[in-house]
Amino acid sequence: MRSPQLNEEGALTHLLTLEGLPADVIRSILDTADPFVSIAEREVKKVPLLRGKAVFNLFFENSTRTRTTFEIAAKRLSADVINLNIGASSTSKGETLLDTIDNLVAMDADIFVVRHSQSGAPHLIAQHLNAHRRRHVHVVNAGDGRHQHPTQGLLDLYTIRHYKKAFHDLTVSIVGDVLHSRVARSLIHGLTTLGTPEVRVIGPKTLLPAHVEALGVRVFHDMRDGLRGCDAVVMLRLQSERMKGALLPSAGEYFKNYGLTQEKLALAKPDAIVMHPGPMNRGVEIDSAVADSDRAVILPQVTFGIAVRMAVMSMIASA
Amino acid sequence: MNIEIANGRLIDPANGMDREASLYIAAGNVAGVGAAPAGWRPDRVVDARGLVVVPGLVDLSARLREPGLEYKATLESEMAAAIAGGVTSLACPPDTDPPLDEPGLVEMLKHRARSLNQAHVYPIGAMTVGLAGGALTEMGELREAGCVAFSQADVALADTELLWRAMQYASTFGFRLWLRPNDPHIGRGGVAHDGEVATRLGLPGIPEAAETIALGTIISLVRETGVRAHLCRLSCAESVAIIRAAKREGLPVTCDVAVHHLHLSDVDIGWFASDARLVPPLRTTRDRAALRAGLADGTIDVVCSDHAPVDDDGKQVPFGEAEPGATGLELLLPLTLKWASEDGIALPAALAKITSEPAKLIGEGAGDLAVGSVADVCVLDPSAWWKVERGALRSQGKNTPFLNLEVPGRIRYTLVAGQIVHEN
Amino acid sequence: MTPPQVPDAEATLVALAERMRGAVAYDAAFVGIYSGGAWLAERLPALVPGDHPVGFIDVSFYRDDYSTTGLKGGSRRTSLPFDVDGATIVLVDDVLFTGRSVRAAINELFDFGRPARIELAVLIDRGGRELPIEPTYCGARLTVARDLSIVLSRDGDRLALGVEGQ
Repeated sequence: MRSPQLNEEGALTHLLTLEGLPADVIRSILDTADPFVSIAEREVKKVPLLRGKAVFNLFFENSTRTRTTFEIAAKRLSADVINLNIGASSTSKGETLLDTIDNLVAMDADIFVVRHSQSGAPHLIAQHLNAHRRRHVHVVNAGDGRHQHPTQGLLDLYTIRHYKKAFHDLTVSIVGDVLHSRVARSLIHGLTTLGTPEVRVIGPKTLLPAHVEALGVRVFHDMRDGLRGCDAVVMLRLQSERMKGALLPSAGEYFKNYGLTQEKLALAKPDAIVMHPGPMNRGVEIDSAVADSDRAVILPQVTFGIAVRMAVMSMIASA
Repeated sequence: MNIEIANGRLIDPANGMDREASLYIAAGNVAGVGAAPAGWRPDRVVDARGLVVVPGLVDLSARLREPGLEYKATLESEMAAAIAGGVTSLACPPDTDPPLDEPGLVEMLKHRARSLNQAHVYPIGAMTVGLAGGALTEMGELREAGCVAFSQADVALADTELLWRAMQYASTFGFRLWLRPNDPHIGRGGVAHDGEVATRLGLPGIPEAAETIALGTIISLVRETGVRAHLCRLSCAESVAIIRAAKREGLPVTCDVAVHHLHLSDVDIGWFASDARLVPPLRTTRDRAALRAGLADGTIDVVCSDHAPVDDDGKQVPFGEAEPGATGLELLLPLTLKWASEDGIALPAALAKITSEPAKLIGEGAGDLAVGSVADVCVLDPSAWWKVERGALRSQGKNTPFLNLEVPGRIRYTLVAGQIVHEN
Repeated sequence: MTPPQVPDAEATLVALAERMRGAVAYDAAFVGIYSGGAWLAERLPALVPGDHPVGFIDVSFYRDDYSTTGLKGGSRRTSLPFDVDGATIVLVDDVLFTGRSVRAAINELFDFGRPARIELAVLIDRGGRELPIEPTYCGARLTVARDLSIVLSRDGDRLALGVEGQ
């Protein structure tokens, strides 16, 4: 089945998921992001690429961080940005997701940046737009349930490429709650598509999904074994709800087994980088000494995130 | 009215018949097979050359959505769908609104159905009041009102003590319990089979154990109580193995599979297609193969449609929010034929799964064409393919994962109690 | 039909530099538009006396044909290693045609600061203007059919002009 995110010419018209995205499309997004990084260093941090276009941030799930980075990215492209925190409003009045979309399209939206608690919601929206021939309206998935967070995956790939240059000889270790993580799923697909020979996931059985090896990863339950010799460590956020659902006994025990400390980091390669999608829980996934060290590239990830989102929005808007 | 159904291939699995013969109907019953009764003259002759003549299909699970859920479908639309699909007897689960836990509701449903003069409706009564898993219903009263068995529909039962008592009670009176094995805790919140596809799509999973654990519990209690249990909608390879062993042991169990699970697997969810959101969930291709093998070797007794019409609003939402279910009355025959031809199953054996076998569970004399039986007949063209389109379906529910696909098997005539109720 | 005669690039560059010598400000910055203008901007300080900082400008994000041609990948970054505020800038491009690239470059320069003065130096002016833009300094004039392109290429150190699209 052709992915609904590519149009008939094979150009990216929506960004819904990194699954099934050809390697050359992923690479061209990373290449397009390069010049956008330097725009942040200018006095006037704007280019007129999306002038006159309207970007609607549709966040059905709250997230000030992600929404803000998309807003900054859209404004740097000179687009108009409208923020809609739907969480409590329309859907509680009984309006369906697709009705909300149709109403906003009628208000001349060009790009929808969508975050939703249900996996597949952006796909539903894109299929609806495609079916109604609204070719000029594009969807960017800002995180759907536990399915994908493709712009996060892309900025993680950009970060790794920035520090490590190539993927073909890397070992990347992803640590934490992979079961619930859309960030992990996106990154795993991106890394395997770009030819990373070893992608590892590290966590207790309760936090790893069924048949996770089918995604092309090596599973480790012992963090020391999983970090040994790796080039990049990606720490995932642990949400406090996990302690309530019988998945984990306590944050303390989690940190003991799966928290990143300097002692465990020493098992990775000496030049290994430490990444985190944010926001960090200090003392739960990662201890402060590591988070504040120069091995951690967490702040550059944020900068790269804006450039990557600028690249994605300008590419899909021109499809 | 005297009707002759002439020169078709007459297949009556209950009586081991498969030959070219004419069927003679008088006063609503089968009057003759192969030869007209003396002095009988036809009022109408149906030319069935090249067609297959079988007992009207018996569907063990079709939701009619009345009472209470009329925005999804009504008796009129769904009964029309049934006869368009060749189904002349159907059992409907008790999960209406309110649930079928009172004789008055059952009588009203039966009365409504009878007045439409189409398929025979056999209500399945609720096993507990309100399906809430608390108190037992008045099974005796419900039996008298017309319930052929008792069920919890899709409401999982947490209280194993209650289940045990319900089985003891039912077996005292020889009542049958139809149970879908489903643990209320494992996989709660899940929307798809807990496997590779759910992992990739980020969908909360329902592990196999949710079905197999509950099935194991039910089998143990059947062993203790001797109740006749019919297990509904198996979905796992492991469940087939458990039933096979239980039957070998001689336990009074039967089981069915929903026709969709013979053909689809979790891969068919594709990019979150809500029409593939079913209960039980579509499992792996390995499970599908085991279900097909189990059906072929007789471990699985019956195929049903598990017809569940859902309005568009219920499906045009993200996968995890969609209402589960697929419309199926009009696809029961085509999908059964498709299975048979793909797996090399002889037509009579395949048709038995939707006629004589389910009829045994309803126990009311449906599903055969012996002289003297009620003339519920289905005349079909097994080699006519048609495209599943919204416009082609009589059901109000257009929710099917087979949309835009072609399927084999067109119903040409459906007769209920000797009257032609559907012609195509 | 004989191919149009194209002047020798190196000779034209010398002619352009000749026109700039003595006319251009001593501390004017030379900013080349990628890629042809960038090659020329690199060569000019050696040919034109003075203290001339060299910068490069990528106009991809400012072009007006973005929505039809899309973003062409490639990471050529705009680099202006001098203070744009109050500067005298000579924009350098290889072929001046419709004037749209120059318009985009001027807009981009103004996003960096407020120059005191902008002049334009081009190797070839082929006419066909769609905007009111004229070169301050010009190497040579050349007319070709609208559907043909005049292209500057570089082989090692040597620049060469050619015509494409026949």
